Amino acid sequence: MTSSTNAPVTPARVEPPPIVEVRAVSKVYPGDVTALSAISLDFPDGQLTSLLGPSGCGKTTLLKIIAGLIPVTSGEVRINGRKVTGPGPERSFVFQDFALMPWATVLRNAAFGLELRGIARSEREAVAEGYLAQVGLKGFEQKYPHELSGGMRQRVGLARALVVNSAVILMDEPFSAVDEQTRRKFQEDLLELTARERKTFIFVTHSIEEAVYISDRIALISPRPGRVSQIIDVAIPRRGDADAIRRHPTYLDSVESIWRGLRQYLE
Amino acid sequence: MEIFGRRLPAALSLLFWAAVWEIAGRAELTTLFPPLSSVLVRLGELFANEAFWGALALTARTYVAGSAIAIVAGVPIGLLMGRSGVLDKLLLPWVNTFISAPLSAIVPVIMAVFGFGETTIVLTVILFAIWIIILDARAGARSISPSLVEMAAAFGATRWQAFSKIYLWAALPEILTGVRLGLIRAVKGVIIGQLLVSVVGFGHLFEIYSSNFLMEHMWALLLVLFALAFVIDEGLGRIERKVEYFASSRN
Repeated sequence: MTSSTNAPVTPARVEPPPIVEVRAVSKVYPGDVTALSAISLDFPDGQLTSLLGPSGCGKTTLLKIIAGLIPVTSGEVRINGRKVTGPGPERSFVFQDFALMPWATVLRNAAFGLELRGIARSEREAVAEGYLAQVGLKGFEQKYPHELSGGMRQRVGLARALVVNSAVILMDEPFSAVDEQTRRKFQEDLLELTARERKTFIFVTHSIEEAVYISDRIALISPRPGRVSQIIDVAIPRRGDADAIRRHPTYLDSVESIWRGLRQYLE
Repeated sequence: MEIFGRRLPAALSLLFWAAVWEIAGRAELTTLFPPLSSVLVRLGELFANEAFWGALALTARTYVAGSAIAIVAGVPIGLLMGRSGVLDKLLLPWVNTFISAPLSAIVPVIMAVFGFGETTIVLTVILFAIWIIILDARAGARSISPSLVEMAAAFGATRWQAFSKIYLWAALPEILTGVRLGLIRAVKGVIIGQLLVSVVGFGHLFEIYSSNFLMEHMWALLLVLFALAFVIDEGLGRIERKVEYFASSRN
């Protein structure tokens, strides 16, 4: 197979093995709307890969296919070599609109994945309390979602995804419904989290800056029909000052080159 | 209401019409309208009558049983219809037919099959109450946010878990509205059922009073039934206002 890619040349390095493999996945919605056209993509273990593209390019569809929430029209998704036929315990999901249960406390929401698995209450709540503290919600365990700000609600959503201890965390534009300041803080916290948790993150966003800031790898998705137009490895040293990243030359160059690549789809 | 700048208590209109009734009754315009005072005397007698308490007990029994069955069966049916296209297509035409149908006309059919006993009255209560409960539970299930449905699936909920832990609660405001409307319709069901069966409960008393032209007794009984319906409705309204807080804060 010959691979033709117009990605910037990056120095050869040892790629971790892919944990998620997307093989020639197509999705056609009723009415002959092709959302995705023969997408193939690998997601290396332990990395954060962003799916970046304009609205309507099918990136959320791809994420939900990986989650097992939407069936494919053709092709397949493999997790650790096993074909995906539905949702599974090795994946968890963070929703754009949080998807919290308004009638349940923060603690019960965060522990919900374990509740569904039949884990004893004291045990699952102990785990959930730990992760709620990690995402900065200590002391809010007995609050209800409507008592929290949007940013705090999404922290509950994140804690819920962490509590089930899945290898892959799928995030669907998780910060798009929160305000700019909150979003920046979120992005910084996410970097810390990825460094600490050693999980594989797949992150859907339409923000170039966000993708470059948080990602190890970016898959640019072009619209109508959705396909991978470019894969970019973001080689920015992420240790140290969070704000230094936003001033790093590689950060600025990457943002610029992605913008040039994407603007053709806007006309 | 205000007259000459003074606020009048709401109960005053009740007193006004009671006075009209009394005067009309004393004028002896028709034997159908005995004066209110004599009706109230009969009411006192009614409370001393064992048959009255027997009828009240039967009414309570059949009302509670019928309503409970209507809720326990209606809510799951409505939720399933709201979440399953096939079931919805299969059942919705029937639900829509029965919700507007003149249900009293079906009671004789129930009577023919189940006889002149309490079973028929319980079934009549169910027949009156269940359709609105189904329809509102269905509306609630259809209004559940799609991302909550996806959340349940993504975190591995079984069908039973999705229904019992998510759909039921997410649809609760609509379900409770349906239950309140259903319980009000059940009051009609329990009375109409007894009137049509007419050998047990209040229906039996009505039969005796009307065939013997005991208008004072008849009106006394009607007053009791109206008051009963009013009290049930008012009580349900109070419960609903308490859960309104939850309904308004669910987003």
